[in-house]
Amino acid sequence: MTGTADLLILLPELVLAVFAMAALLAAVYTEKDGLTPLLIWATAGMFLLVAFWIGVQPAGARAAFGGMVVDDAFARFAKVTILLSAAAVLMMSQDYLIRRGLGRFEYPVLITLAVVGMMLMVSAADLMTLYVGLELMSLSLYVVAALRRDSVKSTEAGLKYFVLGALSSGILLYGASLTYGYAGTTSFAGILSTLDAEVPLGLLFGLVFMLAGLAFKVSAAPFHMWTPDVYEGAPTPVTAFFATAPKVAAMALMARLAFDAFGAIPGDWGQVVAALAVASMFLGAIAAIGQRDIKRLMAYSSIAHMGFALMGLAAAAAGDPRVAAAGVQATLIYMAIYVVMNIGTFAFVLSMERDGRPVTDIAGLNQFASREPTKALCLLLLMFSLAGVPPLLGFFGKFAVLKAAVDAGMAWLAVAGAIASVIGAFYYLRIVYFMYFGREAEVLDSRMAPAQWLTLTLASAAMLAGILNLFGVEPLAAMAADSLVR
Amino acid sequence: MVGLEHYLTVAAALFVIGIFGIFLNRKNVIVILMSIELMLLAVNINLVAFSAHLGDLVGQVFTMFVLTVAAAEAAIGLAILVTFFRNRGTIDVEDVNVMKG
Repeated sequence: MTGTADLLILLPELVLAVFAMAALLAAVYTEKDGLTPLLIWATAGMFLLVAFWIGVQPAGARAAFGGMVVDDAFARFAKVTILLSAAAVLMMSQDYLIRRGLGRFEYPVLITLAVVGMMLMVSAADLMTLYVGLELMSLSLYVVAALRRDSVKSTEAGLKYFVLGALSSGILLYGASLTYGYAGTTSFAGILSTLDAEVPLGLLFGLVFMLAGLAFKVSAAPFHMWTPDVYEGAPTPVTAFFATAPKVAAMALMARLAFDAFGAIPGDWGQVVAALAVASMFLGAIAAIGQRDIKRLMAYSSIAHMGFALMGLAAAAAGDPRVAAAGVQATLIYMAIYVVMNIGTFAFVLSMERDGRPVTDIAGLNQFASREPTKALCLLLLMFSLAGVPPLLGFFGKFAVLKAAVDAGMAWLAVAGAIASVIGAFYYLRIVYFMYFGREAEVLDSRMAPAQWLTLTLASAAMLAGILNLFGVEPLAAMAADSLVR
Repeated sequence: MVGLEHYLTVAAALFVIGIFGIFLNRKNVIVILMSIELMLLAVNINLVAFSAHLGDLVGQVFTMFVLTVAAAEAAIGLAILVTFFRNRGTIDVEDVNVMKG
């Protein structure tokens, strides 16, 4: 029976949902958009508080609502990552939104609802919870993509994201219905218990459909086609959000589904995930070379990075539980590092402007270092880290997934990853080249609010300081991976 | 006698028609919204058929969730479409092309 104990387990999500509705009512009945700056700070503060609250919860796994929702170390790791990145994105985008006339009070409310959806996704232990959480996130994100209602680009981005997002939800849902039919239950534990040597064809179809639907959400090739357009068209703060928290949630959900529901047949999902990983790494690395727009470039960069994160998951398909745990751990570490690098980079992209108008063309970065040496240095560190140049943090993320792949006996995957990362290094280094050695041209201004400056310097400092002990993320990720791979 | 496989066949056919409707349609975006609804309804037929076949209510509960979410999805899709129409003055699929990707 449902009781207070169940509600207590879900309390962080409930608090955030109630907060979102209270914020909506408060803004509607008072100053409307005048309340936006306050709401953004309040929401970011709420995220930080809830992240801390989840972080200090006792270890161990607890299930709620008859096994529909589970709260374990894996879910807590993903939730804290999601909340912290969402808070950072909100804080650094506040100034941009207000100055560009985007200060609608719906923005922080929708972000909060999306975050609630993501938290539900990573806690899902049932196909229904999975679906409802995923849709709560997606529906909120469709709306924020079209936040700039008077711009063709932004509404087109919203429309494209909506159509392809709805298609992917439909595919995922069809897979869920087949899984339900052939397993006879929607709970992950129930599905796992029906799997034995003879797996019905319907279940395999269900698994593949669900993986395809989730691959859309993490924008893994060949399901990536919405990413560049949506990243380019959506307002920059929204793009920064798209590139961080939802990716973590969808990646965690993929791992959760693979292990909790289909953990008995790792060979079957392992090869799908490996194929997705190779396709994403190469597509992201090669297609980004021709891009001139930094937001499109970051879109392809995120496709490539998702390929690397999926490599860890593919390595986790190896039968041995110790190797599998190392693979999941590598994926989690990679996602945490990826989020920090992206937040730092977008803090810089938010500040790119010329004569008060936002600029996204990378040619505007020519000779930037001679004007703003500190910011150029910060961006240089982030770009080197994104490329995976050795002493920086990004290298350790790549190293973790490559090592996991080699340990799992998938040396070919690791070699493919190394080649893709060398190709991908070209366009990151080109940005650095433009900043330091580019030809004389109209230099862009970089007007930064204190929050953006702080985010940029902290993120780039983390690229250097993190190499000492990865900020203790490693043992936490190991605990999370162990709770998933039993 | 109409059995489970008949329902599954109808659902699969509807689902495929929905997917083709999204990709082959060159006319206007409303048709895409209808295709999305078709896909979700195919899923509902699947769920209800399985639910009846298995004698298990969970499938019908799932259907209720899908129906609710489909309604919200249609509302949001139409809202985005209206703002797009205000900016662009058309809802032809071929005109959704300011950004090339």
